[in-house]
Amino acid sequence: MSAVAPAAGPSAPTALRLGLQSCEHCGLLSRPAPGAREGSCPRCGHEVSFRKRDSLQRCWACLIAAAVCYLPANLLPVLTTTTAAGAEPDTILQGVVLLWSPTGWPLSLIVLVASILIPSGKILALGYILISVQRRSIAAGAPRTRLYRIVKFIGRWSMVDVFVDTFTAALVQLQPLMSVEPGPGLVFFAAVVVMTMLAVECFDPRLIWDSTSASEVRDG
Amino acid sequence: MVDGDPAIPSAPRSRTVAPRRGRLSPIWILPLVAAAAGIWVAVTRILSEGPTITIVFHSAEGLEAGKTKIHYNGVEIGTLSSIRLSDDHQSAIASAQMAPRTEDFLLEDTQFWIVSPRISGANVSGLSTLISGSYIGMQIGASKKSRRAFVALETPPVVSGDAQGRFFLLKTATLGSLDTGTPIFFRRLEVGEVAAYALDPGGSSLTVKVFVNAPYDQYVNPNTRFWHASGIDVSLTASGLSVQTQSALSVLVGGIAFETAATAPVLPAAEANATFTLFENRADAFKPAAHDPQTYRVVFSDAVRGLSPGAPVEFRGIPIGEVVEINADVDVRTFQFEVPVTIVLDATRLGVKIRDLAPGQDLADVRRQLIDGLIAHGVRAQLRSGNLVTGSLYVAFDFFPDAPAAQVDWSTSPPRLPTLPGEIQQLEARVASIIKKIDELPLQAIGQDLRKTIAELDRTLASARGTLDSADALIQPDSVLGAELGTTLDEVNRAARGLRVLLDYLERHPEALLRGKPGEGK
Repeated sequence: MSAVAPAAGPSAPTALRLGLQSCEHCGLLSRPAPGAREGSCPRCGHEVSFRKRDSLQRCWACLIAAAVCYLPANLLPVLTTTTAAGAEPDTILQGVVLLWSPTGWPLSLIVLVASILIPSGKILALGYILISVQRRSIAAGAPRTRLYRIVKFIGRWSMVDVFVDTFTAALVQLQPLMSVEPGPGLVFFAAVVVMTMLAVECFDPRLIWDSTSASEVRDG
Repeated sequence: MVDGDPAIPSAPRSRTVAPRRGRLSPIWILPLVAAAAGIWVAVTRILSEGPTITIVFHSAEGLEAGKTKIHYNGVEIGTLSSIRLSDDHQSAIASAQMAPRTEDFLLEDTQFWIVSPRISGANVSGLSTLISGSYIGMQIGASKKSRRAFVALETPPVVSGDAQGRFFLLKTATLGSLDTGTPIFFRRLEVGEVAAYALDPGGSSLTVKVFVNAPYDQYVNPNTRFWHASGIDVSLTASGLSVQTQSALSVLVGGIAFETAATAPVLPAAEANATFTLFENRADAFKPAAHDPQTYRVVFSDAVRGLSPGAPVEFRGIPIGEVVEINADVDVRTFQFEVPVTIVLDATRLGVKIRDLAPGQDLADVRRQLIDGLIAHGVRAQLRSGNLVTGSLYVAFDFFPDAPAAQVDWSTSPPRLPTLPGEIQQLEARVASIIKKIDELPLQAIGQDLRKTIAELDRTLASARGTLDSADALIQPDSVLGAELGTTLDEVNRAARGLRVLLDYLERHPEALLRGKPGEGK
């Protein structure tokens, strides 16, 4: 650290480069057994490895699951409003259209952004990051990391949609005049949110920089 | 890898763990589960898709694509998916997505119609659609053939397909206050309703299709009479005022009643879709059927105000027919005005029994013989007033032995029966002549004379009063005349007494008349 002035210089040391593994729990640096790529922390016993185990594979699995769930989440009704006029199942997109009016468009926009754009955006962003990592892209490492951080930050708020939906269903029970029931789409929507959050958790952002380091090493 | 960087102090060696077998992480179960769930949902969705049908509506008023449902017996079995105009812009074609396993319902004669609030007479239906909007009603047909394109009914069928009972057809001249849903009464019990009505080809009559619920349909037999029980049937006829009602409901909305005459022979129940006549009222319905209705013409020179088609024709009070048609006939040369009245007579009501005819004997001959005989014996047609209040007239046949001889004119068609001026006309003529005579009286001259006479009378009376006054004075008790009269009467009294004495003496001594008193003669 003292040797090089720029923090992210080409020869900046990383744990990987030094052949060290960092325990995620206690922060202890350890050296893996010769030949082995992983082991357990000599201090706290947590498993240690250079990078999160099966990070890409797990992330892909969760992401594909999320993408699969995304379709029924948008095609199936999330909310069934039963009034005297009969049951009215609405999908997310129908809800957006329903809310779209000269005065209600901000609300419609919120639903559109929160329920359609953000989940799809998360899936696309993670897919992009994963592909770029797999292709060992060295370009735009910092923006990709920032993208990852944003995705991770948003993830914890994504369940708000589901909560609002279930609360509405629980509160609007004016039998026999009106009742609101969650539809099957809601389950899939919740699955999308959970899967994307899991995918984010599985991903090891350090992977973004590994190829950079590798290429630097190669070049250097 | 750069091993053992001098800047990094020696790090401890991590404990080794058993190397993992297999390269595939178990996390891959997750997308598999998600895919399975998705596929399952998709499959159930596809399986739950029923057939798609098209329904042609005359007007799609109240229908909304994606919202309007198709109901059968209150169960939602389909939703309209789209509505578009037909190519000729005359009708609306709606596509509907039916529920799964509804193929059996979509048959050749399955019917669809729009259910919207209907308030018609006795029926208030579809009120729920006030809030929920219209929906499409459906009635499953009986056909075996399946179908996917339908034409909706203009009005909902009144009778649902699974109702037990029978349809009957009623022929009527006017619809009256009937409408679909109008109740049918049997002994004032509501037993059915009007299902439909249509103008017959030609437009001269209507056919009303009624539905009588089981088990009441068994009381309809070929002898059953149907009649309009519409509201309050107030009829003001030659026989007076008659009010007929069936029930409070029928008073409001009208209705049809049926009954079989108690005297009619009991017949097996009528077939479904049997045709009956719908009579105007109960009296009409149970009027004895004419066995031998024949048309005749009677020509009156009377005014026929008050005579209307349907007015009775009576023979000495027995109804034997009715007036059919009233015409006017002016002879342009003589300007004689006549009213030929066409009547229908049933001679059998006069006692000719069709079944009593000897074999080979023709009813027409018997009828002709009878009518000729009646006319020869002085039977004539005459207009009579049936009701003084309403002034309605009827045609009466009666014996007029003094009537001038006349004959039936069998040459015309219909045969012409001789008539006499009506009582009214005779009365009018008499009244007119009296009025004319009164008119001719020199009433003014008589009045003037009368006035003169009265003035003279006045004077006469005045002098009479003077006379009476003086007479009064003469006979006062204290008048001279009175006193003299008293004296005179006394004298007369005395004279009478003397006379009696004389007569008594003469009675005892009649010889005194010859010889005088014995004492005096000696």
